Amino acid sequence: MSLWEYANPVKFLRLSERVQPWLWWGSGICLVVGLIWGFFFTPDDFRQGSTVKIIYLHVPSALMAINAWFMMLVASLIWIVRRHHVSALAARAAAPVGIVMTLIALFTGAIWGQPMWGTWWAWDPRLTSFLILFLFYLGYVALWEAIEDPDTAADLTSILCLVGTVFAVLSRYAVLFWNQGLHQGASLSLDKEENVADVFYFPLLVCIAGFVLLFLALVLYRTGTEIRVRRTRALMARETRGAGLRAEEA
Amino acid sequence: MRALFFRDLALALRAGGGFGLGLAFFLIVVVLVPFSVGPQSALLTQIAPGVLWLGALLACLLSLDRLLAVDWEDGALDLLATSPLPLEGIVAVKAAAHWVTTGLPLVLAAPVLGVLLNLAPSGYGVLVLSLALGTPALSMIGAFGAALTVGIKRGGLLLSLLVLPLYVPTLIFGAEAARRAAEGLDSGTPLLLLAGITLAVLAAMPFAAGAVLRVNLR
Amino acid sequence: MELTVTDLAVGRGGVPVLAGVGFTLRAGQALVLRGPNGSGKTTLLRTVAGLQLPMAGTVAGADDRIAYAAHADGLKAALTVAENLRFWASVFGQSDIAPALAAFDLEELVDRPAGRLSAGQKRRLGLARLMVTGRDVWVLDEPTVSLDAASVALFAEAVRGHLARGGAALMATHIDLGIEAETLDVSGFRAAAAEMDAADEAFL
Repeated sequence: MSLWEYANPVKFLRLSERVQPWLWWGSGICLVVGLIWGFFFTPDDFRQGSTVKIIYLHVPSALMAINAWFMMLVASLIWIVRRHHVSALAARAAAPVGIVMTLIALFTGAIWGQPMWGTWWAWDPRLTSFLILFLFYLGYVALWEAIEDPDTAADLTSILCLVGTVFAVLSRYAVLFWNQGLHQGASLSLDKEENVADVFYFPLLVCIAGFVLLFLALVLYRTGTEIRVRRTRALMARETRGAGLRAEEA
Repeated sequence: MRALFFRDLALALRAGGGFGLGLAFFLIVVVLVPFSVGPQSALLTQIAPGVLWLGALLACLLSLDRLLAVDWEDGALDLLATSPLPLEGIVAVKAAAHWVTTGLPLVLAAPVLGVLLNLAPSGYGVLVLSLALGTPALSMIGAFGAALTVGIKRGGLLLSLLVLPLYVPTLIFGAEAARRAAEGLDSGTPLLLLAGITLAVLAAMPFAAGAVLRVNLR
Repeated sequence: MELTVTDLAVGRGGVPVLAGVGFTLRAGQALVLRGPNGSGKTTLLRTVAGLQLPMAGTVAGADDRIAYAAHADGLKAALTVAENLRFWASVFGQSDIAPALAAFDLEELVDRPAGRLSAGQKRRLGLARLMVTGRDVWVLDEPTVSLDAASVALFAEAVRGHLARGGAALMATHIDLGIEAETLDVSGFRAAAAEMDAADEAFL
């Protein structure tokens, strides 16, 4: 019994359908608890006032925007190396979720930035990097949509994902070089000194857990849809070929 | 390989598309800028390095969608794939020919267009140098994009969407070097970073482009 | 020299078209593929030429030996006949284009741009390209399209010469070239409906 058994679409579907309800409920509970806790039961920041509470949406979505790309990278590598169709379809399924996460991060950032910096948008390195990430997502999805043959599309988007990752990292450093920026330091870091205060920290963790579970649930759900689309295609192809042969025999 | 390079050059020269169009586009973009931002020379001086870099980048993008598509449509790419040349080499050579017919003229024309935008005198040398260092990367990255979209009808727009984000690091370092020089600052660091990116792209990108082309030919 | 195809299955867009194809092509031998339109001749030829991967089976002895010619000749309209040929010759590491020009009666057209040739002349130039590759195995997909009777005779003569020099030819064609050749009817190898792409099979 190995993990690779779930590379079989049918087994994957069966497992994913068993897991999904837990993920949906888990993410729902975490998000409700985390957001209510964060919005109503934490003190206002001494400098930023109540605007700071947008971190409960901003930070988790930004985190997931990057992790979704990372997941696509891993799935693409698995597709290139082991050629499991489920992997390619999961990468495809994750991209739109990643786009939405990136958009949430950008919009909540703008809403937060307005009272804090007095502007909706600044060409700050972090904001700029997210905008570039958004462009990479758009290109990736557009390429998937443009190619008819599913295996060709999977190959090409996988390579684009690899190349895109390298260039996204390069862009990140290029942008840092280009403008030092006004964004505050990371809200979360392993270095305890730099972390936000504990009162904000724990509800933030709950919200992040909620976003992670939501992301997993959405990706599994969408992967299931992609698998069913492929399955319909396979069935239809078999049907037409079967009909052709029967006509010949008759 | 050399034969392919010279064939592409000859084709670009005779069809008239290569040298002429890219340069004309570059000129038009630069001429339109003062119309959109106003004729104040101080403002133009300030934005000149960035506008010249952006114009060169867009002009480079212009001819990319024909880079491989022509050979794809008339079957030459199939025949080349069955020849002794490796696909990686084919893409690299075609990118090199693209650079000579599109990138190099842009590099040479940039100082002339710099005059139109009132570029600071200290900026000319580094502007040309940064374009000379950066445009080969633009051609090679573009060849990767062209290989990705070669089988797609009307892939031109998609090509731009895929390639432009990949141009970001080159544009940032190139324009930054030109800007710093124009302001009389030291531009050594961005130039070195730009050269590093170009070298890495030239070394690694042919393999990615070759792999993509192999998938598309299949 | 020998080209051996064993138990080959080929497909288009992930759908198997032919399965269990096998033949051997020896020096001096020509093999003609027959079968109705859409029966998979082109797919088979492309697979043998290495342009697409087989779904199953092997093609042995094809590496760097095959000169492929299909419907599209890969000619550049802006280059002259001689320049087109010389380009392909140097791609394949050859230099002499005179025999190819002579064999396909192109000597008077050498300086004419390929864009101003008639369809039949273009086709002749496309076939002349085979002779400058120096490869042993010619893989030809409908080589006689748009050729008149005289040109077909030129082509048949060129193939005969190639075979006499120890080459081999694998071609899909409907007309009789008057060459001594074995025929292989591909319609006997049609992939059965049950033989789905292994990948698609996993989705059922």
